[in-house]
Amino acid sequence: MLRPLTRLQRYYLYYTGGFLAFIGALAVLEQHGMPPRWIGYAFLMFTIAMYALIGIVSRTSDVSEYYVAGRRVPAFFNGMATGADWMSAASFIGMAGTLYLSGFQGLAYVIGWTGGFVLVALLLAPYLRRCEQYTIPDFLGARYGGNSIRLVAVGAAILASFVYVVAQIYGVGVITSRFVSLQFEIGVFVGLAGILVCSFLGGMRAVTWTQVAQYLILIVAYITPVAILSYNVTGNPIPQLVYGEVLQKVTHLETRLFDSPAEVEVRQLFHERADVYAQKIMQLPQSLNNEREQLSIQINQLKASDAQMRDIVALERQRRELPHDPEQAKVRWEAAMFSALERSRKPIHHAEAFPGDTEAEQNIQRINFLALIFCLTVGTAALPHVLVRYYTTPTVHEARESVFWSLLFILLLYITAPAYAVFAKHEVLSHLAEIPIAKLPGWVTAWTKVGLVSIEDINLDGVLQLAELSLNPDVIVLATPEIAGMPYVISGLVAAGGLAAALSTADGLLLTITSALSHDVYYRIIRPDASTQFRLVISKSLLLVVAVLAATVAAEKPGTILSMVAWAFSIAGSAFFPALVLGIFWERATRKGALAGMVVGVSLSLYYILRVEFDSIPWLGISGFGMDPWFQVQPTAAGLFGVVAGFATIVVVSLMTQPEPGGEEFLTKIRLSNGKDA
Amino acid sequence: MKGKRHLYWRKTRRLTFALLLVWISVTFGTTWFARDINQIVIFGFPLGFYMAAQGGLVLFLVIIWWYNRRMKKIDIEFGLEDE
Repeated sequence: MLRPLTRLQRYYLYYTGGFLAFIGALAVLEQHGMPPRWIGYAFLMFTIAMYALIGIVSRTSDVSEYYVAGRRVPAFFNGMATGADWMSAASFIGMAGTLYLSGFQGLAYVIGWTGGFVLVALLLAPYLRRCEQYTIPDFLGARYGGNSIRLVAVGAAILASFVYVVAQIYGVGVITSRFVSLQFEIGVFVGLAGILVCSFLGGMRAVTWTQVAQYLILIVAYITPVAILSYNVTGNPIPQLVYGEVLQKVTHLETRLFDSPAEVEVRQLFHERADVYAQKIMQLPQSLNNEREQLSIQINQLKASDAQMRDIVALERQRRELPHDPEQAKVRWEAAMFSALERSRKPIHHAEAFPGDTEAEQNIQRINFLALIFCLTVGTAALPHVLVRYYTTPTVHEARESVFWSLLFILLLYITAPAYAVFAKHEVLSHLAEIPIAKLPGWVTAWTKVGLVSIEDINLDGVLQLAELSLNPDVIVLATPEIAGMPYVISGLVAAGGLAAALSTADGLLLTITSALSHDVYYRIIRPDASTQFRLVISKSLLLVVAVLAATVAAEKPGTILSMVAWAFSIAGSAFFPALVLGIFWERATRKGALAGMVVGVSLSLYYILRVEFDSIPWLGISGFGMDPWFQVQPTAAGLFGVVAGFATIVVVSLMTQPEPGGEEFLTKIRLSNGKDA
Repeated sequence: MKGKRHLYWRKTRRLTFALLLVWISVTFGTTWFARDINQIVIFGFPLGFYMAAQGGLVLFLVIIWWYNRRMKKIDIEFGLEDE
């Protein structure tokens, strides 16, 4: 039954073998005293060199190769490439941490990000493949006709993809700064180089084949540490099968620890601290002046006495670092108050669905959970950089098959992520809680230095209570190798995996942005008579400009990765999903309807995110426009409103406008295979 | 000719919407009751947690697999298969 391997499969088999041999060699070298830093460098160099090699081999000057890889990527490999394209830094590094922090509630990401592929398979992929265009705005332009819809689509594609690509480059910065101790900003530009070597010369063709290579690395890197950890804890190396058992242990530990007197005391102390901040904020600006005066008095007293210079300098620095004005004080103290308040809450049980003290609270959680799933599924089925991958298969049937492979390859990671979270929680509850702070395991200290773990012994008993520990979500995946006591080479592997995840997604996104600009705006609208050669020159220069721009924004460290990515889903979902789906399944949808629906959808999502998430935009000089969420829905699920409004607008406006005759031919083409006469 | 095309599209559409309904009931239906079905334990997991972390995902895969299989059959039936 086994078919002989194709040439491509053989290549990637050698490649995987080569990578495993490389890891083995580093493991041996580490035994012989190779310092961790060098191992980090070796992984960074080796993987980026591999990507660069593939990128150079796949260079092309053919337009169809550059935009859609010549439409000859087999389903299996397209599935792998989509997997890497899809799984971002947020999936690789952030998701397990989110699941750790929010337990069941975090599973919305797992369901949403996989369930979306069912929508892609059923509603979009085969039809996109049949229309034989190059980009998503192209598809909309062909269906509805006219440049205005193309421009709106380009705008939305860039808006969603740019936010997303910044998050990826940010992720590269985090990884390189941790594992090879590069400065964050330098790490960002190393990432930029890594992205450009893949996409600059070969466009989609090069990106496809590097993404396959990146998928292989990222999946090995993701599963290895947790498999070893699982073997250590349960004796079974398949974490997905056994973590249910560990989850039960976690639940027992939670029940015992959450109500222990020390925990209750610590939470009470944090609550008091939050109250103090609340009072200080109420009494601004007086409270700030008081604070400054008190520090000055203390400093003067110390100076008058025979105190150590060091103490005086420390106090002076404290005074210097006080907020400069009441405005700043309010921002800072509010943050401190919320963080203390957060720690004063009783933690949630990991397995509990929709936790809340009252029925009403539980319902809010439930609504948000479902709203988030909705947004993430629809967003998945609308992100241009994923959809464009289904243009690249040889046939319609292979486009369908490749969605299956995509989901299978993506599933491997998403089914593992909750296991990561449960094992990490087990470790924290059984080996950190109630342990003297001086005797905490080494990994805690190491990550405290980087600032991803923080411990504050607020009740001064020298013992760690759960509420005294705060973990950055990113730390769960990054620290698992150390938690399981594995050699540094495994940590290096994880870094390489995270890097692969971030780079592959960034590549796909950058290509989407540049092809929207060069193909849709420049070629289709500005200069339809441009020569192929010139189009590629434009495309490549734009790629460079956009990449540098994204890296510059990422170097500013804006927001947290996950919330930024969640916005992209709402934006893409509300812009594209209704117009695409109705464009395929509803003959009556008109250009005006689609245009209105896209504009209304995106605007509503943006409006909701802005007003609920922020209260002011300092650089525009607007403030005080914050509002209460509708139906208690968090801004990360803003797309819920945008998508529904988008659908409604398209239907209403289409029915109010004249039907357009042009769409029929197009619909016949995309609804029937091959354009063959039936 | 026109009638045959029409039938192909009708069959495709019916399959699509039927599977979409299955998908909705898995994604939103079971999830809505996650709290209640968490009482049941399966492979050591509370069922609600299991469905969201593993069971649902496998069902998604099955939906796509089934769709591809049926579509291949429909394509052949109407002489629309690739190559």
